[in-house]
Amino acid sequence: MAGLTFEKSLERLEEIVEELENSDLDIDKSLKVFEEGVKLSRLCAKKLDEAEKKIELLIKGEKGEFITELFSPPKTEDD
Amino acid sequence: MNNYSIPHIEEISDNPERQVYTVTEITRAIKFSFETEFPQVWIEGEISNLRIPSSGHMYLTIKDEKSQIKVVMFRSGKSQLKFEPKDGDQVIVKGKITVYEPRGEYQIVIDYMEPKGIGALQLAFQQLKEKLSKEGLFDEELKKGLPLLPQKIGIITSPTGAAIRDILNIIDRRFPNVHILIAPVKVQGEGAAQEIAAAVKDLNKIKGVDAVIVGRGGGSIEDLWAFNEEVVARAIFESEVSVISAVGHEIDFTISDFVADLRAPTPSAAAELVVRDKNNLLENIVALNKRLLRNIRGILSESKIQLENLVSRKVLQDPLTPIHEKQQRLDEVTLRMERAIKNFLQTQKEKTRANKKHLFLLNPLNKIKQNKVLLREVEKKINSQMNFTLNMSRNTLNAAMKRLDSVSPLSVLKRGYAVCRTYPEGKVLKDSRKVSIGEFVKVQLSKGKLLCNIKGRENEKQTKV
Repeated sequence: MAGLTFEKSLERLEEIVEELENSDLDIDKSLKVFEEGVKLSRLCAKKLDEAEKKIELLIKGEKGEFITELFSPPKTEDD
Repeated sequence: MNNYSIPHIEEISDNPERQVYTVTEITRAIKFSFETEFPQVWIEGEISNLRIPSSGHMYLTIKDEKSQIKVVMFRSGKSQLKFEPKDGDQVIVKGKITVYEPRGEYQIVIDYMEPKGIGALQLAFQQLKEKLSKEGLFDEELKKGLPLLPQKIGIITSPTGAAIRDILNIIDRRFPNVHILIAPVKVQGEGAAQEIAAAVKDLNKIKGVDAVIVGRGGGSIEDLWAFNEEVVARAIFESEVSVISAVGHEIDFTISDFVADLRAPTPSAAAELVVRDKNNLLENIVALNKRLLRNIRGILSESKIQLENLVSRKVLQDPLTPIHEKQQRLDEVTLRMERAIKNFLQTQKEKTRANKKHLFLLNPLNKIKQNKVLLREVEKKINSQMNFTLNMSRNTLNAAMKRLDSVSPLSVLKRGYAVCRTYPEGKVLKDSRKVSIGEFVKVQLSKGKLLCNIKGRENEKQTKV
């Protein structure tokens, strides 16, 4: 499940909620699917926080290698 | 034409009844005349004295070698401009002549302006657009989608300028924790197109980049031209990472806009497109979670109710009772059966016994035995009867004998009595008178006899009756 992208997880979560709302699954299936849904919702929430805030400038070195350095955006109003 | 005729000067001095207009009246007449005559004109010239006060309306003069005319473009019209006019620009404008009465000036109010000499660029634009479109660079099916949650966002733009600042602000507002990689480029002038194309290729090489914004702020068609160049278009087309093109203002359309996976009208709009609002996403997840819980609770409580209903049914509350009842019935039936069998066996046994007996009885030997027994019994009976009878007779005889005996003279004799008999006659003598003294009598004793001579007699006194 960890390999699922955020999109896929969210999609599947929506699917599961629909299933539970509309179809008449038996209890065992319902609980299984519910469990999956809970896992997915946790995963999605977690993924939202996973990325680290970083703003970098991409510079090409002399040999064509990539160098990154921190970027501070222009503060002034003029264009 | 006009309703007013301006009187000739001579006529004024001669005519006592001259038509004298107020300034307003005459100005109005001129205004009417001009506006009807020139409701729409196209004028070409050079811009000078261009100024835009805080109202946003644009005031300028267009001139040529000999003349000039005041121009005003109101803010609404100006916002449609594809470029920023400046002093010295050769332009073609379209508008209507008006008279600004307070100053008695005529002017042209324009709603359209284009730089003169735009023709060449426009043509190049059209031609490239057609060529690339034919090759399929603009095809909708080839456009990629954007990731819902981009891990690394590449931004190709000028590192200075409002565009990058706006983009960063908006991304920060919507989804602060995201990794942004900025590829700084020239966004106009010599070599800009090559830098932009190279940046697109570079960002494709970096692992994890899943969305790229390429763009810049507003400008003239010449300013934006880099984004119309073929090299940029091809680089964007070949990009495996999704590309958002965000060049200039809403009204600016460049080739990169057509070939990109998504066009944003402005760089700020691109920022809104590239990241979702994190709070919205979170709210969405929370809402889904709530529904999930509510649904499962619903299903569980439904099942619980079903279960409770079933459990409360008598058959589950008291499951043993029917079993006990059945057991009891079983026992009863078993008992009855046993009894029946016993009885049956008994009857059979008895029947058998009876039959045996019967058979036994029918057995001739038995019959014989039986008869023998019977016989014996009868014999016995006879015997006993006989004996009885005999005994009876014997008894009777004995009794008789005893009586006889008792009356037997012998027994009398035994008692000591004697029988006297006359001698020789032998007649029993009962009376003493029957003899006389000196006669003889024979006396029989119990044992022996005596011959006796009577020596004396005693007669019994007789009573006279």
